[in-house]
Amino acid sequence: MPVQYYIWLAVALFCIGVTGVLMRRNAIIIFMCIELMLNAVNLLLVAFSKLHHDAAAQLFVFFIMVVAAAEVSVGLAIIVMTYRHTHAVDINILNRLKH
Amino acid sequence: MSIQEILFWVLTVIALCSAISVVAAKNPVYSVLSLIVTFFAIAGHYVLLNAQFLAVVHIIVYAGAIMVLFLFVIMLMNLNAEIEPQKRSLVKFAGAISGGLLLVVLVAALKQSASTAVLQGHSDIGLIQNLGRSLFSDFVVPFEVSSILFLSAMIGAIVIGKKQ
Repeated sequence: MPVQYYIWLAVALFCIGVTGVLMRRNAIIIFMCIELMLNAVNLLLVAFSKLHHDAAAQLFVFFIMVVAAAEVSVGLAIIVMTYRHTHAVDINILNRLKH
Repeated sequence: MSIQEILFWVLTVIALCSAISVVAAKNPVYSVLSLIVTFFAIAGHYVLLNAQFLAVVHIIVYAGAIMVLFLFVIMLMNLNAEIEPQKRSLVKFAGAISGGLLLVVLVAALKQSASTAVLQGHSDIGLIQNLGRSLFSDFVVPFEVSSILFLSAMIGAIVIGKKQ
């Protein structure tokens, strides 16, 4: 397997994630698209870890998963709290924070 | 075509199609389910890359914990396609165009520095024995710091989620 194939796959997944963040207004789906981008980067790290026979990259992927889990738990708590106040998950509601 | 290449292409098609349906699905529950399919395809890629430990952790953490959390929140809020907030179609079109442009730019930039390296053979650095030894010798400080991060995230989620 050429390592290029994995690069193109990771680039495609990352761009799908970016497109999702730009196109959707539902805060939960924006969160899921961020997870998609994190996974694209993880896949690329694992591919290069195999290329260079280095275990450090796989441990970075492990730590990225840890941080993603912490991020999701806090982020979803924030979304639930805004939903409780506004009864919507529309990301534009957060514009009110300006006032 | 070897069995590895066939598996690579099958998993790639599954991952890309379900990633697109995460973005395109109107109903948030369908988005979550297709994201789970994407995660399983990526876990298959990890197995192909000889990262067995990461494949198992990926399934347990993402498909087992994170996506269940997403599903619970979506069911708690009773979201469905009718009350789904939609952007104006002009904004959606602009988002799709900018995402596609990012893809073009990245492909063009990486094509110049195209590496012809080939992944071959199978290594055993992805086994839990080697990763564990490395984790508890070279990476023991980040490991402890991440446990503090988890503790603070847990406390933060409870404090934020608590009813006032």
